[in-house]
Amino acid sequence: MGAGHAHPLHLHRDSPVHRLPPQVKIVAAFLGVVCVVATPREAFAVFAGYLVLLVGVWVAARIPVGWILRRSVIELPFVVLAVLLPITGPDPRIDWLGMSLSEPGLLGAWNILVKGTLGVLTSLTLAATTPMRDLLVGLQRLHAPALVTTIATLMLRYIDVIAGEARRMRLARVARGHDPRFLWQAGATARGIGALFVRSYERGERVHLAMLSRGWSGAMPVLAENRTTRRDWAAGLAPVAVAAALAVTGWVIA
Amino acid sequence: MVTMVTAMHMSDGLVNAPTSLVFGAVALVVLVLCLVRARADLDERTAPMAGLVTAFVFAVQMINFPILPGASGHLLGGALVAILVGPWVGTVCIAIVLLVQALLFADGGLTALGTNITNMAIIGVFTGYGVALLLRRVARRSRGGLVATAFVAAFVNTVVASLGFVLEYAVGGSGGASLGTVFALMVGLHALIGIGEGVITAATVGAVVAVRPDLVYLLRGTATPLVRRSAPSTPTAGGAA
Repeated sequence: MGAGHAHPLHLHRDSPVHRLPPQVKIVAAFLGVVCVVATPREAFAVFAGYLVLLVGVWVAARIPVGWILRRSVIELPFVVLAVLLPITGPDPRIDWLGMSLSEPGLLGAWNILVKGTLGVLTSLTLAATTPMRDLLVGLQRLHAPALVTTIATLMLRYIDVIAGEARRMRLARVARGHDPRFLWQAGATARGIGALFVRSYERGERVHLAMLSRGWSGAMPVLAENRTTRRDWAAGLAPVAVAAALAVTGWVIA
Repeated sequence: MVTMVTAMHMSDGLVNAPTSLVFGAVALVVLVLCLVRARADLDERTAPMAGLVTAFVFAVQMINFPILPGASGHLLGGALVAILVGPWVGTVCIAIVLLVQALLFADGGLTALGTNITNMAIIGVFTGYGVALLLRRVARRSRGGLVATAFVAAFVNTVVASLGFVLEYAVGGSGGASLGTVFALMVGLHALIGIGEGVITAATVGAVVAVRPDLVYLLRGTATPLVRRSAPSTPTAGGAA
């Protein structure tokens, strides 16, 4: 059992972006998305600019474009609402391929789609270049309350415990012909989840005792004391500066 | 199997920047309050419980259960954490789940964190806890009462949390859909999701209370204290040699 070091969206590489301190990357990703969201939706060319900027970051981080695009389908559930907008939106309407579509609705759908996609791509870039442990260190250095980092650390430790337990229980159910399709078949899953909680808790209790006996004091030990230099911040915030410039351009031309 | 997941998570750009900012501030203020209150609820022994509940909600949010053919939903966990670890710690737990999902799994937008935390962590947990408190007399009477309370709390929590979404959309929605459409869509779907949420919450709470009633926050202070009774002094026949 790999104890919470990797996560499915992490791409193990060595690149300048991977080596940046995690707190720099968190701040940069957040500010970048803020710029995207603040851009007026009619500034179509500016959104292309954001995409070029992201591709630049991917090249620097040595992330294949196909790798990240395949994972961006994670976004699909969030844009369900966007599909409805052109159909249900208010007048004026335009005709396209025999369908009557609402113009404000189309603009609204475009807005959600483009900002949502750029947001997901940014988060994916952060996730691909930052392992879980570093992320917690980053939150710690950004002065997140100790309680938050403690709970988050324990949560990431326990996820593997729960996932392993759930996998075994699911295999056992599937082996007995379990194939739920409708609401009234949720009973077995529901009962399974109750059992999963108690089983995970009891294993978690043992994990916790083992951690305590090995000297765990509530915080993960700092293994490498890497100082964050001004150069790190400058490198991390350079794409944000470009994004901010793009956002300002958007406001001027829209 | 084709699943069209209707997640409660909002993405970036669904509401405009000022609205994101306002709800971000709301979420931050309430979370700080919760952190202060949570510290009193947590000690070295219960912090791992909070970690486990958080991990559990995280894991369970990944299980999608079918509502209708073609549509499925996932657990929000608000009522579950409220009943198991209390509203203060519970809100912090759900907020951490949302934070990690946004940072590591690109699940929900970074700028939508404020609105997502407001809906699922703050509105969800406190609604669930409020309902559970109202039904506390029933909940403390028997195991069946607690399970029923968990079901009702989870159902109400899901529907009310979806109203939070409607509210934010009304304040700063960037789409052209009419409010009525969004309202009907969100509340209708979440009433269905709420049934699934209720079933799972009730089952989990039921399983926990059967094995470890000491872990249920809602039942705090109801444990009957141990009574020491001395055995009647009957001389054992030929025991002490």
